[in-house]
Amino acid sequence: MKINLTINGKKYSPDVEPRLLLIHYLRDVAGLTGAHIGCETSLCGACTIEVNGKSVKSCGMFAVQADGADVLTIEGLAQDGKLHAMQEAFWNQHGLQCGFCTPGMIMACKAILDHNPNPSDDEIRHGIEGNLCRCTGYQHIVNSVKAAAAVGAGR
Amino acid sequence: MATTIIQTEKLVGKRIRRREDPRLITGTATYVDDMQMPGMHHAAIVRSPHAAAKIRSISIKAAAEAPGVVAVFTGKDTEKVGPVPCGASLPGLRVPHHYILAIDRVYLVGHPVAVVVATDRYLARDAADLVEVDWEVLPAVADPEKAIAPGAPPVHPQWPDNVAFVYNQEGGDVDKAFAEAEVIVKQRITSQRLIPSAMETRGVLAEWRGADRQMTLYTSTQVPHLVRTLVAGMLGLEENRMRVVAPEVGGGFGSKLNIYPEEALMGFVSMKIGKPVKWIESRRENFLCTIHGRGHVDYFEVAAKKDGTILGIKLKLIQDQGAYHQLLGPAIPTLSVLMMPGLYRTKNIRAEVIGVFTNCTPTDAYRGAGRPEATHGIERMVDILADELGIDPAEIRLKNFVHNEEFPFPTATGLTYDSGDYAAPLQKAMGIVDYTKLRAEQAAARKQGKLMGIGICTYGEICGFGPSPATPAGGWECGTVRVEPSGKVTLLTGSCHHGQGEETTFAQLAADELGVDIDDILVLRGDTAIVPYGIGTFGSRATAIGGTALYYAMQDLKVKMKKFGAIMLDSHDVSYANGQVVCNKMGKSVSFKEIAAASYRAMKLPPNTEPGLVSTHFWEPPNFTFGFGAHIAVTEIDPETGQITVRRYLAVDDCGNIINPLIVDGQVHGGVAQGMGQALWEQAVYDDNGQLVTGEYTDYTMPRAHMMPWIESQHTTTPSPVNPLGVKGVGEAGTIGASPSLVNSVVDALSHLGVRHIDMPLTPEKIWKLVAGGKN
Repeated sequence: MKINLTINGKKYSPDVEPRLLLIHYLRDVAGLTGAHIGCETSLCGACTIEVNGKSVKSCGMFAVQADGADVLTIEGLAQDGKLHAMQEAFWNQHGLQCGFCTPGMIMACKAILDHNPNPSDDEIRHGIEGNLCRCTGYQHIVNSVKAAAAVGAGR
Repeated sequence: MATTIIQTEKLVGKRIRRREDPRLITGTATYVDDMQMPGMHHAAIVRSPHAAAKIRSISIKAAAEAPGVVAVFTGKDTEKVGPVPCGASLPGLRVPHHYILAIDRVYLVGHPVAVVVATDRYLARDAADLVEVDWEVLPAVADPEKAIAPGAPPVHPQWPDNVAFVYNQEGGDVDKAFAEAEVIVKQRITSQRLIPSAMETRGVLAEWRGADRQMTLYTSTQVPHLVRTLVAGMLGLEENRMRVVAPEVGGGFGSKLNIYPEEALMGFVSMKIGKPVKWIESRRENFLCTIHGRGHVDYFEVAAKKDGTILGIKLKLIQDQGAYHQLLGPAIPTLSVLMMPGLYRTKNIRAEVIGVFTNCTPTDAYRGAGRPEATHGIERMVDILADELGIDPAEIRLKNFVHNEEFPFPTATGLTYDSGDYAAPLQKAMGIVDYTKLRAEQAAARKQGKLMGIGICTYGEICGFGPSPATPAGGWECGTVRVEPSGKVTLLTGSCHHGQGEETTFAQLAADELGVDIDDILVLRGDTAIVPYGIGTFGSRATAIGGTALYYAMQDLKVKMKKFGAIMLDSHDVSYANGQVVCNKMGKSVSFKEIAAASYRAMKLPPNTEPGLVSTHFWEPPNFTFGFGAHIAVTEIDPETGQITVRRYLAVDDCGNIINPLIVDGQVHGGVAQGMGQALWEQAVYDDNGQLVTGEYTDYTMPRAHMMPWIESQHTTTPSPVNPLGVKGVGEAGTIGASPSLVNSVVDALSHLGVRHIDMPLTPEKIWKLVAGGKN
């Protein structure tokens, strides 16, 4: 099936198999390997991206369902070589260790601030409960979101 | 030549952000599944749905004819590939031949029986479903105690008692200790099976170039050199024809400290089809086919005097080995034995370990690897003893600690604790939480019918694995320091970090040691074609051993640079300081960059000195290092639901000198999360047929953000005398300290109801039943 979509501001018009998952399209066809596959069952959140401004687990969606959509992945977050405030915060606060959950986690954390510029610790923790991390114990991730909020990343 | 002498700022001890992070936060890092190659094929593996069965026949015809399929292989094709190796050796150890694909019988759910290779990953999976196996299902056994009971189905028919090994260790005079005891406490304590669950599953990409007789294996591993040696051996390939690359690795926690069938299988397939082939483990496969951790049933007995002095410890340890031995499996419970006296002075111990085959996933090293189990046991027993004698849990620990003047302290299990001040972290922790006030609050809460607990764990950790005689594959590490002609510094390490941050901490060490800008330093690891033979990252060893190897290589280079500096300054009275060679008498210096250039240009060489600036050291540690600490958990329990709330969690760890406190905090937090996962939520559950019931994230309760409390991390600092950096290790500390402090806390909350012990995980159901029934 032929679909049209925009990814990180760039237009794509691929011909895809109807059963191709969006995450496989992004990674294997479009060459955007930032979003990762941790479970293929939408339980771990490593594949989290934004579709039309909404946070989505891209292993739970077919590529054809993204026809006409505006997609943002971790690769599109930095603008003109400048990191997004959430990326900068993860770096400063040591919000990552092995880095595998990180692209999905950063996208999920960005989505939290998009809806709530000054979340409480509880709101942050519940906001990322769909994203598993085995390395950090989440504490530095919570700190990262707070640091990003403090510099106005959600406004 | 310059005349100014620069004083550089020291970086060791600074909370600096990590140098490896830019690629990870921008999604540009390269994990195995991010790699594509021209002509690359995809493999899907057909696995057993039964825990024990004979294979009557396998039909691959439909799969072989499916669209996109280029090959299907079964055990008959791979029979000559060497077995998956067990590196552990114990007297009388029974080692089943571990074929990479089953021949005529399977021993666990997930046992690989065939591999389907196709042009596309979807087509490979489609075709895998078309492989038909005619099974003769056999009875299975999944519980280690049931497995050694009479009449249990044999996992391996040649060993009907299901005993994989029996290992005994004794120190001191245990019988005398128990004869003289005024009190003896006994308890059965389990350390349940856990699933390591690194966020990146395993994955292998094999590329065979027949004309060059050259194999490149990209694999998500903690030990690339071991993979090279052992997988080359399995494939009958000369070791120097095999290159192993661990690209970005998405977590390991011990689960990637191993050699797996799929590593050799992808090599085999690539050699057969003459194309690169990739296999990426699904999460379901990861739950079934990557090693599990723990799996203990421990019977503890502690003999003591009425004043709380511990006289001796007995342990019968039943270790669930699973169906096979993976690389280190049988060695793991022996580490529990080594650590069973904890931080206490007792010289009398006796341990009997029974390794048991079950129709389950093999157990092996998972974060802590034997030490969390041992610590959980002794720390629970000390609390039980304190309860029995009516002594405060903190007081009984302080009474039994090894004294400061006794270091280096030889233990009853043959270790030598390097250095310590065991009371310091406990006293610091008690001060921070105001222990006395907490106990008063608890007493008041009880009067109001509220359930509040205070749990202490004081732990020791064997870090820095380890002296070679104590480590199956050598316990040293290699480090190369190469100063390039431009003065840039490249560090090559045999450590193979996968989240621990050594691209930063090793650069901090080198910046200080050599006196160069940290931005001039690059750390490389994980490629056997680039790095001299290394051992890898596990057992809290990278900084203590890998860092020390680099340290000694840098000392060599400084000596050599001084020789070059001396001829450049035409003076014998020179010294190396802050990235320069200085002649104080003349007030002149030559810079690092100038020396680097001169050493490669080689116009004038110092006597008996070769051009260039490269040094490699293989550092063999004289001993382990021993980290220690005290964790305190304060919990509250809702009697209506059995729900546990961790009100406060404090970790005071002593890991020796700290290079980067930010990274150490991260290691502690992550470690505590895994220990808390074991204490409260996680358990690999098998049914009686050997089916893994908790085979997905839906059923296996890994900690999520909203479940975790705030973790306070503090330190005391006792440098290790074992290495010149004074470092010990901290990778596993949190995991070791967390489960006993939490369980002790919850048992403490319920102790007035007659509860003395609860096995992990402390599910609300278990707690509610205890509150409702008042007994354990």
